[in-house]
Amino acid sequence: MAWIPLDRNKPAFPKDAPPILTEAVREKIRFFFSRYATRRAVLLPALHVVQDALGHVSMQAMTEIAELLEIHPSEVMDTVSFYTHFWTHPKGKKVIVACRSISCEALGGQKVIDAVKQHLHVREHGTTADGTYSFMTEECLAGCDHAPCLLIGERMHKQVKPEDVPKLLADAGNDRIAAPRSDLFDAPAAKGGASNGRPGGGSSAETVGATSDIREMREA
Amino acid sequence: MANYEPILLRNRGVEGSRTLGVYELRGGYQAVRKALKMTPEEVVEEVKKANLRGRGGAGFPAGMKWSFLPKDRKTTYLCVNGDESEPPTFSNRVLMEHDPHQLIEGVIIAAYAVQAQVAYIYLRVEFHEPFHVLQRAVDEAYAKGYLGRKVFGSDFNVEVYLHRGAGAYVCGEETGLIESLEGKRGWPRIKPPFPAIEGLFRKPTIVNNVETLCNVPHIIERGAAWFTSVGPSHSTGPKLFCISGPVNKPGCYEWSMDLSVQELIEDPRFGGGMRDGKKVKCVLPGGISMGALCASELHMKMDFEDPRKFGLLGLGTAAAVVLDESIDIRIVLRNLARFYAMESCGQCTQCREGTSWMHKIADRIARGAGRLEDLDLILQTARNMGMMPGLSICGLPDGATYPIETVVKKFRGELEERIRAQPREEVGQTLAVVN
Ligand SMILES: Cc1cc2nc3c(=O)[nH]c(=O)nc-3n(C[C@H](O)[C@H](O)[C@H](O)COP(=O)(O)O)c2cc1C
Ligand code: SF4
Ligand code: FES
Repeated sequence: MAWIPLDRNKPAFPKDAPPILTEAVREKIRFFFSRYATRRAVLLPALHVVQDALGHVSMQAMTEIAELLEIHPSEVMDTVSFYTHFWTHPKGKKVIVACRSISCEALGGQKVIDAVKQHLHVREHGTTADGTYSFMTEECLAGCDHAPCLLIGERMHKQVKPEDVPKLLADAGNDRIAAPRSDLFDAPAAKGGASNGRPGGGSSAETVGATSDIREMREA
Repeated sequence: MANYEPILLRNRGVEGSRTLGVYELRGGYQAVRKALKMTPEEVVEEVKKANLRGRGGAGFPAGMKWSFLPKDRKTTYLCVNGDESEPPTFSNRVLMEHDPHQLIEGVIIAAYAVQAQVAYIYLRVEFHEPFHVLQRAVDEAYAKGYLGRKVFGSDFNVEVYLHRGAGAYVCGEETGLIESLEGKRGWPRIKPPFPAIEGLFRKPTIVNNVETLCNVPHIIERGAAWFTSVGPSHSTGPKLFCISGPVNKPGCYEWSMDLSVQELIEDPRFGGGMRDGKKVKCVLPGGISMGALCASELHMKMDFEDPRKFGLLGLGTAAAVVLDESIDIRIVLRNLARFYAMESCGQCTQCREGTSWMHKIADRIARGAGRLEDLDLILQTARNMGMMPGLSICGLPDGATYPIETVVKKFRGELEERIRAQPREEVGQTLAVVN
């Protein structure tokens, strides 16, 4: 999302506001430090962690991320504003991303988009009144073999027909996938992580435990 | 067409193909063991001899790219391009979802060849399933000692990290990808310096596509001579082809590069013919950025050379979208134009303004308020941008020029007919809305 509405005469958050990034979130972000040669490169992973934890990336969150990564808040804002995935204002619990590119449009994608909008009474980048869904369209989602497709949370819905939309949206688990997952973005950070801090690799025994799954595997 | 035994997709559909155990049972992780006994130079040489041309769109020979690295370098990075955002391409997704260890093996061998200490696999954020599947596979490989320190008991160390993008087509461009990895907006860099000289964190960097690297283990295992024996001499090796749109069997298929567009659409082993017996109107055979074919051009071969003879930019991602006679070509034009207008990163004037103007013109035409002059205007705009003539930093606008030019030129008759048929009284009203 590009433009972030702010009023320079009104602080986006009170100066003495308590931090909104919890220690667990900060720890997850620090977990990525040793993977990159610069702190700034941790920005995308950090933004993912924060958006996953808080739902969106507020001005206060951006400021706290900047502090953690030792960069300027405007650098964080610059990056946030460039990518369509990050929300700077609260979004719904689940985000629906509808593909509008050629294979989907050729197979009736526009009708699916209309059906979702009508059914949920949302506009592009809008959120339903009950806060369940936010809606946006995107270019090709690389699911063209299943066109027209709709991404809800992590789950790609394939060959969606407009008449299926109400049922699809009523399904509580429609945003989850069954794939065996590495919980890198969900679990508390691995202690030590990939951490001898030398940029450009130089691994250590702990590096092998870089992801939480390894710990699970070892414990199992 | 002769028969062909799948190589890259050989594990698709095999139970447990995502696990290290099954991959290894089916012969996986042998090539990397072989490679680690060779010198890095020998590995580069073998890939060079195979003439493995990049599968990410530009078709640049991988071995040659690897040999551009400065000899006296200390740190080297490998970036694996899994941004896959070119409509309508999904072959990287299929490779990662079904056979993640094949990619990891390719990454280890390539990292060894170029002596990279760290490899980042850059994935578009919408790839949730591939991300989890691949991360699991990376975890397994670490646990086995195939990644990290002293891989396979050799002296070679390599870390592999997944890095998720955040929604931007331009981050698939190699220097946009590098900027994005560095935590910045994905603005492509001016070249030279090319990434091999100065890339990620200003260090020598190799960027390769997922499919390119999936070929590497097979080259090492079976040899360059085998690789060059597959397909025509200018387009060697196994290749994935995507087909989508109103065909009976949309999907990702593997074959050598002696396949025609017609065969890809009609053959029961691939697209299986048009749905409901409809006729083909238009095909964009290489991802939309390569341009369009009309129904009389379906004999085009899906290789690195033939597309140019049909006015296309190249093979691209070898992902074809087929459009049937029921679609209004104005809708196609608008859809294509919108893509580039939305995805231009905005740092070059000709690209930013040009793609927006083309979208605006195409939108006006699609809404039924086009003017005959608009067709020349959109062609003129399309000619005013691109990296090749030196008007912009990256290749995105070149990829915008080709589809717009080829659609307008090859379907001009239909476009003019539809513009002439617009009800006059509506044109004025619509123009007032869109302009
Ligand atoms: C606008 C633009 C988008 C691109 N997107 C991708 C992409 O999603 N995936 C990819 O592998 N290459 C993409 N490329 C090509 C890369 O710049 C680069 O050539 C490629 O990743 C190199 O890998 P290869 O030599 O193995 O093909 C893109 C290029 C441009 C100009
Ligand atoms: S050509 Fe377009 S997409 Fe590429 S850098 Fe310039 S403005 Fe960005
Ligand atoms: S065109 Fe819709 S997923 Fe590719």
